[in-house]
Amino acid sequence: MQHHIVLKVAAKLLLPFILLFALYVQFHGDFGPGGGFQAGVIFGAGVILYALVFGVAHARAVVTPGVVRTVAALGVLLFTGVGVASLLLGANFLDYGVLAAQPVAGQHLGIILVELGVGLTVTAVMILLFYAFAGEG
Amino acid sequence: MAVTALAIASTWSLFAAAMLFGIFSLLSAAVFVVLDAVDVAFTEAAVGAGISTILMLATLARTNARERPGPRLRVVPLALSAGLVALLVWASSDRPRFAAPGAPANLHVAPRYLERGPVETGVPNVVTAVLASYRGYDTLGEVTVIFTAGAGVLALLGFGRIRRD
Repeated sequence: MQHHIVLKVAAKLLLPFILLFALYVQFHGDFGPGGGFQAGVIFGAGVILYALVFGVAHARAVVTPGVVRTVAALGVLLFTGVGVASLLLGANFLDYGVLAAQPVAGQHLGIILVELGVGLTVTAVMILLFYAFAGEG
Repeated sequence: MAVTALAIASTWSLFAAAMLFGIFSLLSAAVFVVLDAVDVAFTEAAVGAGISTILMLATLARTNARERPGPRLRVVPLALSAGLVALLVWASSDRPRFAAPGAPANLHVAPRYLERGPVETGVPNVVTAVLASYRGYDTLGEVTVIFTAGAGVLALLGFGRIRRD
């Protein structure tokens, strides 16, 4: 992949939009189609595109394996943490109603946080899988 | 889709099979759009047609790109799968019509979710409300499965080594 100048330029043009679209899908998932899972896959695909075009070594310099590992665990922790938080506030596990003053606002906040957790884990695991399988490229 | 599936089954080239799997996923995403399941279509297009194709190709890069040719026709597996197909077709013959209002699936909890979901959660997309709030346990389970899968791959393969040259 040393001489593919067209691919490199095209990838550079596309990457910001892919990552931005992933964030849009993540945070607009409560209004339109989408959510943490899809957003995570799109964000992961953005990083994988970078790795494919510019080489896995470059991608690993940007998104280091340590970061990937931490983020993967962080997503699950955030999801469970929201559940434990609602437990500590006197409601059932993952009952988001008590997270804010209004039950509806609490539900909304809980859903956004949980979707963020899903997105983080999915992104990290997708990148992790790609690194694991394409490491010796 | 049937043509793609037959092509996947008949080709010996694993590279072609991986690409055909991508096409198959894209076609099923289109089917989901026709069925008004936009969220599922989105997932299918991103995961099935995108990521899994890349992962299959990455795996192929580490192994052979051609399947070892076996005997052309195996009678017992063919009879087994034909029997299973016949059984499934027979079982689906008395299935309620698609989106029939009286179907059990549409009478259980779905009407409550549709009526109260946007009011109770403040989230207009019912799919997100059901996934993240009403079925929060299930989604937590899914995330844990994904995380465990990642941890398993990490334990088996590690992060892969970069050849330094």
